[in-house]
Amino acid sequence: MATRRRTWRGRIAAAALLLPTLLAGCGGSQNTLAPHSHAASDISNLFWVMTGIAFGGLALVTGLLVWAWVTRRRRGFRATDPADPHPGEKPAWFVVIGGGVVFPLMVILALFIVGDWAVLNVTQAPAASSTAMTVDAVGHQWYWAFRYPGTKAVTADELHIPVDTRVNLVATTADVIHSFWVPELNRKIDTIPGRQNRILLYADKVGVYRGQCAEFCGLQHAHMGMLVFVQPKTQFRAWLRKQSAPAPAPTTALARRGEDAFLSGPCSSCHAIRGTSARGFVGPDLTHLASRTTLAGVLIPNSRSYLARWIVDSQHLKPGNQMPDFHLTGSKLDALVAYLEGLR
Amino acid sequence: MWQSRPGVLGWVMTTDHKRIGLLYFWTTLVLFAAGGAEALIMRTQLIQPNQHLVGPATYDELFTMHGVTMIFFFIIPMTTGAFGNYLLPLMIGARDMAFPRLNALSYWVFLGSGIFVYTSLFIGQAPNAGWFDYLPLANAKYDPGHAIDFYCLGIIFNGISSSLTAGNFIVTILKLRAPGMSFNRMPLFCFAFLAASFGLLIALPSLTADSIFLFLDRNVGTHFFDVAKGGSVLLWQHLFWIFGHPEVYILIVPAFGIATEIIPAFTQRRVVAFPLVAVAELLVVFIGFGVWAHHMFATGMPTVTVVFFAAATGVVVIPSTIQVFAWCMTFVTGQAQFKTPLLFIAGFIFMFVAGGLTGIMFLAVPFDQQVTDTYFVIAHFHYIIFGAAVFPIFGGLYFWFPKVTGKLYFELPGQISFWIIFIGTNLLFFPMHIVGLEGMPRRQYTYPGGLGWGPDNLAETIGSYITTVGIVVLLVNLVVSWFRGAPAGPDPWHGATLEWTIPSPPPEYNFAVIPKVSSAYANWDYEDRAEDRRKLAEGIMVLEQGHEQPVSSPVDGWWAEIVEMPHDSPWPIVLALALAIVFILLLLHLWLGFCFGLAGVVLALLGWHGEEPEEAVA
Repeated sequence: MATRRRTWRGRIAAAALLLPTLLAGCGGSQNTLAPHSHAASDISNLFWVMTGIAFGGLALVTGLLVWAWVTRRRRGFRATDPADPHPGEKPAWFVVIGGGVVFPLMVILALFIVGDWAVLNVTQAPAASSTAMTVDAVGHQWYWAFRYPGTKAVTADELHIPVDTRVNLVATTADVIHSFWVPELNRKIDTIPGRQNRILLYADKVGVYRGQCAEFCGLQHAHMGMLVFVQPKTQFRAWLRKQSAPAPAPTTALARRGEDAFLSGPCSSCHAIRGTSARGFVGPDLTHLASRTTLAGVLIPNSRSYLARWIVDSQHLKPGNQMPDFHLTGSKLDALVAYLEGLR
Repeated sequence: MWQSRPGVLGWVMTTDHKRIGLLYFWTTLVLFAAGGAEALIMRTQLIQPNQHLVGPATYDELFTMHGVTMIFFFIIPMTTGAFGNYLLPLMIGARDMAFPRLNALSYWVFLGSGIFVYTSLFIGQAPNAGWFDYLPLANAKYDPGHAIDFYCLGIIFNGISSSLTAGNFIVTILKLRAPGMSFNRMPLFCFAFLAASFGLLIALPSLTADSIFLFLDRNVGTHFFDVAKGGSVLLWQHLFWIFGHPEVYILIVPAFGIATEIIPAFTQRRVVAFPLVAVAELLVVFIGFGVWAHHMFATGMPTVTVVFFAAATGVVVIPSTIQVFAWCMTFVTGQAQFKTPLLFIAGFIFMFVAGGLTGIMFLAVPFDQQVTDTYFVIAHFHYIIFGAAVFPIFGGLYFWFPKVTGKLYFELPGQISFWIIFIGTNLLFFPMHIVGLEGMPRRQYTYPGGLGWGPDNLAETIGSYITTVGIVVLLVNLVVSWFRGAPAGPDPWHGATLEWTIPSPPPEYNFAVIPKVSSAYANWDYEDRAEDRRKLAEGIMVLEQGHEQPVSSPVDGWWAEIVEMPHDSPWPIVLALALAIVFILLLLHLWLGFCFGLAGVVLALLGWHGEEPEEAVA
């Protein structure tokens, strides 16, 4: 007993030391300039063009200021000449009208047509008929729940979609305003209480893409990440079939003790596990917890030691999150982790 | 001619616009230090991934208080309260503001609201839902306690002060201009303050209504923002940004005004395209009222709405580009002398254009929806607010320092302070563009490693320290100059406007003789100034009986009448105190006490309207 507790403590301590390095390794990047869809690459291209023009504009104005600085000595400094109070006024007017009205109007008009017609048509909410499937994304303080309408599949923080498929993503919230954002796939969309906002989700390459809640939503806004796993279509179908099934029954005696602890203890009042009596809805659905790679809004990897540490010490890992710390005995914790690790 | 009452009582009861301006200046400087300290703590927290200098609860309070402080308690009161109060009557040749006691009330209410809001920080209940305080995060369910109540009441309390100041400026500019100063002969500084004052007066009610709704939702059980009961959370956002976007122009247009006075003095040339610039200053605020929803492009509004506001966002660019090129061409066609104030204005133009160009990018809706709520937006609006509002404030501090203190500042440390601040702010804010494009959302108390955000954040934090050093150099320079500087004389820069025609520091009555005005650059009209001197010698147009002030017609500036202005009064501070008590009682939910508090306000108003004691004329 005592040795086992020490083992856990050792593992938890090791996990704490490794935390900074491991946090880096949770996969995916979220760079707006590394696009992996038509929408995101249109936006990225638009950005580069606008940046080019912007640097031109900045160079023009800076050039005028530098010109004034360079020529300052040659002309010396004397009091204004009452006979000629407006030297060079007429050519200056041409510059003001040309640079201040005509040129910006042309640029703005071009930008308006390209940005708010051409690119907007690609990035805006898709016609439902143009998409192959729908996913519901529900923002919670502080994690994302993803549901697949037509199936029973529910997952948290880790969204799976098939590659080269137009997905209709419906973004809603269970509490405050969040914002669904996976920059490499598309722009962001807020989740507004009482509304259903939609966005197109599409990825042209198999891989993992990181996203994050973009609208400030309270204490743990910083740790409300998500990962989008883009899979080959057959692999995705297999994944979805598995996620739709109820939780597998525990196979070992230890895991069975863990299931008892889960269902009789406080866990089931906040978490749901399909196929059991646990139907809580405050925290994420844990039916297939072990099939996920990360925990707690992509904060920590889903490993034995981190799972244990999360149960006993979540308020230290993610201060203010909705789950209290549970001070469990070593054997109970062991059983609980064994059970949860079996939820594949 | 009259004189100020000596001692502390003289400052407490003062109605002199210059003293009130200085009170504003010192108060806002303290609040600027507070807001800056908050920013430095945040930057230190973000210096590397996964730092724990402060926890999430404290961090949320820090960024909320930083935003609220810099916008409501630093820039607005610094530009309108300090610069506007001190300089505006001097520029139009007036002896005070139109409503001197109201002016004093503005200051004391502002001071009260500042103390009120900062009390929250010291009792651990500081606002923590961001300066735009979105619902439902800020309702009683998700944010119990007094934090958001401090926010709502503080905003309303502060709004009283801003509204009074704005109304006072409008009447002052329209009615107290020296005879002869028709609208087209008014300095551009005054156009800017007129525009900003109208903006404040029209925009603030929206925010006040929003704050009242939120206070009622939280404390009385109304359902303005309660979706379950038929309310709307987007109502908060619309009402907030109907105020919030004009607010941006209210912050920077007075700074434009400062720039348009510094440029002529240091180029010895009238601003190019004067009428266009004057109209542009007014237009930018006017059009600024039609763009608010571009802060809400990601909320899922209908495409037609989004595209309309994108177009409006394009239009609002034009008055700004007109001004930028007019300033630049004044540099080019004049004889630019790059002393410290002009350096700050050149820096301001660079920063404003950089921030403006990223602003233009937001009219491409999909790009806006991609980078909104990221550090790219933080970079954009800090280039605007620090670059285009604070740089001119620093430039203005140097420019008018000789007028206010009668001393010259030291030039070399001044230029050094500019370069440190310029390099520091660019190092601080430029990498924010990059880190935002790399996907870093704003308002997170820490961030993971491995996403490539570390080096940019490190550079930003170093930039924030460099900027702080620059600001310290600037302040030390001014303090030392105050004690050790050479005497400045009335007009060290050969300035263009009327404040340079009078001694430094100006006497209580500003102008011994009511000046003659026949252009917007009155100090360069040498015959007029000679005539003023002749009139003073002969005792014409001196109006030495009590607080006399000529009043002119609003447009043409024709002589209309002479009015007797009020002098020192204890009632402004008493009324402000009564108002503060009312807000404290509201915060504590003492509804009966609140009624008694209102009675106190009425009593103070009765005292205000009682007969004034006779003034001793010196």
